[in-house]
Amino acid sequence: MNPLHSLFPNIDDWGELGRACIDTLLMLGGSLALTVAIGLPLGVLLYLTGRSQLRAMPKLYGVTSLVVNVLRSVPFIILMIVLMPVTYVLVGTKLGVRGAIPPLVIGAAPFFARLVETALREVQQGVIEAAQAMGASTWQIVCHVLLPEARAGLWAGITVTAIALVGYTAMGGAIGSGGLGDLAYRYGYLSYKSDYMVVTVVLLVVLVQLLQMIGDRIVARYKRH
Amino acid sequence: MSARFATRITVIRFLDVHKSYRVDGKDIPALQPFSLDILDGEVFGIIGHSGAGKSTLIRLINLLERPSGGRILIGDTEMTALPEPALRAQRRRIGMIFQHFNLLASQTVADNVAFPLRLAGERDAAKIDARVGELLERVGLAEHAGKYPAQLSGGQKQRVGIARALANRPEILLCDEATSALDPQTTASVLDLLAAINRELKLTIVLITHEMDVVRRICDRVAVLDAGRIVESGTVADVFLHPRHATTRRFVDEALPEEAASALAPLAQVGGRVLRLTFRGATTLSPVLSRVMRESGVDFNLLAGRIDRIKELPYGQLTLTLEGTNADAALASLREAGIEIEELPR
Ligand SMILES: Nc1ncnc2c1ncn2[C@@H]1O[C@H](COP(=O)(O)OP(=O)(O)OP(=O)(O)O)[C@@H](O)[C@H]1O
Ligand SMILES: [Mg+2]
Repeated sequence: MNPLHSLFPNIDDWGELGRACIDTLLMLGGSLALTVAIGLPLGVLLYLTGRSQLRAMPKLYGVTSLVVNVLRSVPFIILMIVLMPVTYVLVGTKLGVRGAIPPLVIGAAPFFARLVETALREVQQGVIEAAQAMGASTWQIVCHVLLPEARAGLWAGITVTAIALVGYTAMGGAIGSGGLGDLAYRYGYLSYKSDYMVVTVVLLVVLVQLLQMIGDRIVARYKRH
Repeated sequence: MSARFATRITVIRFLDVHKSYRVDGKDIPALQPFSLDILDGEVFGIIGHSGAGKSTLIRLINLLERPSGGRILIGDTEMTALPEPALRAQRRRIGMIFQHFNLLASQTVADNVAFPLRLAGERDAAKIDARVGELLERVGLAEHAGKYPAQLSGGQKQRVGIARALANRPEILLCDEATSALDPQTTASVLDLLAAINRELKLTIVLITHEMDVVRRICDRVAVLDAGRIVESGTVADVFLHPRHATTRRFVDEALPEEAASALAPLAQVGGRVLRLTFRGATTLSPVLSRVMRESGVDFNLLAGRIDRIKELPYGQLTLTLEGTNADAALASLREAGIEIEELPR
C-alpha cells in the first residue's frame, strides 16, 4: 500500500497530480524564457533612453515607461481575462498550458524589464565611459559592458521573476490554464478536498525554494568578482 | 626646456574652446574660452583645485564632453566635425586612464586588456594573446593575467588600466587624476611607469591632477586652471620656480610650506633685503654663490632653501637676506652666472 494514500486518502488520482506538476513546469519554463526574451531588450531600451543616459530619448522613455507601468498595475487575474481574445489569436486556444503563456509573458515581461533597468543602472558610469573612450558603439557597450557587468543583478531579477511566475501560474489555474493551481482550486477549494490543497501548496513551496536556491547560487558566483 | 619644444609639432589644439553645462535650464560655464596647444611627445599637466574644470578639459580631447563652442583638433583632424563612426575610430588613437580605474569587474585582467583590441575588431585569438602578454609584461603584471580586478591592489589596477589604454597603440594618453586614489609610494611607481612609456613609446601624455608633486615629477609643461580659466602656463620650471598667479603660488606653497612667504615673514625681521635665488641645471651644482660672496665681501643670512629636481632638471632655490655695501655688485655677478634673482616683499 502506498504510504501517500494513507496520508492523503482524498487524493484518488496521483497521475493527475503528476501531470499537473508537469503542466506547471511547462508553463513556468515557457513563460520565463519568453519573458526574458522580451523583457531583457525592453529593459535595455528603458535604460538607454532614460534621463542623461547613453541614448536619452525622453519621449520614447515616457511612452515605454507608461505602458510598462500600466501592464504592471493590472492584477494578473484580470489581465488574463482581458487578454483572452488576444491569446486566442496568438496561440489558437484560451486554455491549457499554451493558453496560459501569452498572459503570463505579458504580465511578467514589464516587471522583468524594470528589474533589468534597475540592474543596468547599478553598472558604474565610469566603466561605460571607459568603453566610450575606447571607441565602443552603443551596441558594443550593451553587449560587452552593460550586460556582463550587470549579470549578478540580472540573474537576481530572473529569479524574482521566475518566482512571481509560479504565483501567476497558480492563479491562472482558476480560469482554466491547468497545472497545480487548477487542482488546488478545483479539488481543494471547490470540492473541499483539503488534501489537494496541502499537497499542491507543498509542491509549490518546494518549487519556489528550489528556484530561489539556484538563483542565489548563480548570483553569488557572479558577485564574487 | 622651452627650446626643446619650440620646433615640435602640435598634436592637440584647442581653438577658442569653451564649455557650459546645462543645469535646470540654465547654462553654467565650466570652462571660459581658451586656446591651447599640446605638443608631440610632451607630458602636459593641467593642475587645478576641485571644480576648476580639469576633468571637463581633458574629456573635451576625446569628446566624451562636447564643447559649447570652438574647435578641437587632433593632428589635422577636427574632432568636433566628425560624424559618430569616424569619432569612434579617432578615439581608438587616444588612450585614457581614470582615477577609479574603471576596469570591467566581470572580466579577468587579460580580458580587460584585450577589450579595446576586440572592440577594434581584432578576432585573431593568437594575435590578441600575444599583444596582451606583451602589454602585461610592460606594466609588470604578467603573472596576474588570470586574476579579476577585485583581487588586485589599487596600483596594480591602474597598471591594468595603463596596459588597456596602450593596447591599440595610441598616439595620446589621457590621465584623469590617475594617481589620486593611490598612496605616495604607489603614486611614484605609477608615475615612473608613465614617464617610461612617454620616453620609450614617444606618445603624448596629458594628465590632470590637483597635486603639484605629480606635475613636478613627470610633466614638461603645465597649465594652471582656476575656476574655469587657464591662469598660467609654460614649462614646469618656469611656472613653479616663478609663480605669478595667486593660485599657482598657493600650489607651490602647499607643496613647500616651509618656504611659503607667510612662514618666512618672522625670520625676515633680521633686516636687509630678502631675496630668492633660483639655480637651474648646471649652476645648481657649481659653487657660484660662495665665490661671489667671498669676492664681494657681502654677508648673507640663509632663511630657507632646497635642492631638488623638476623632472630631470636639477634646481636649487635659496631664500636669504643680504647685508653690505657691495650687495648690488654681488647681485649683478650672480645674475651674470645665470642665477635668477627675485626680491621678495617684506
Ligand atoms: N555633467 C555635468 N553637469 C553639470 N555640471 C557639471 C558636470 N560636470 C561638471 N560640472 C561642473 O563643472 C565644473 C567643473 O567640473 P570638473 O569635473 O571639470 O572639475 P574638476 O576640476 O575635474 O574637479 P575635481 O578635481 O573635483 O574632479 C564644476 O563646477 C562641476 O560642478
Ligand atoms: Mg575631475
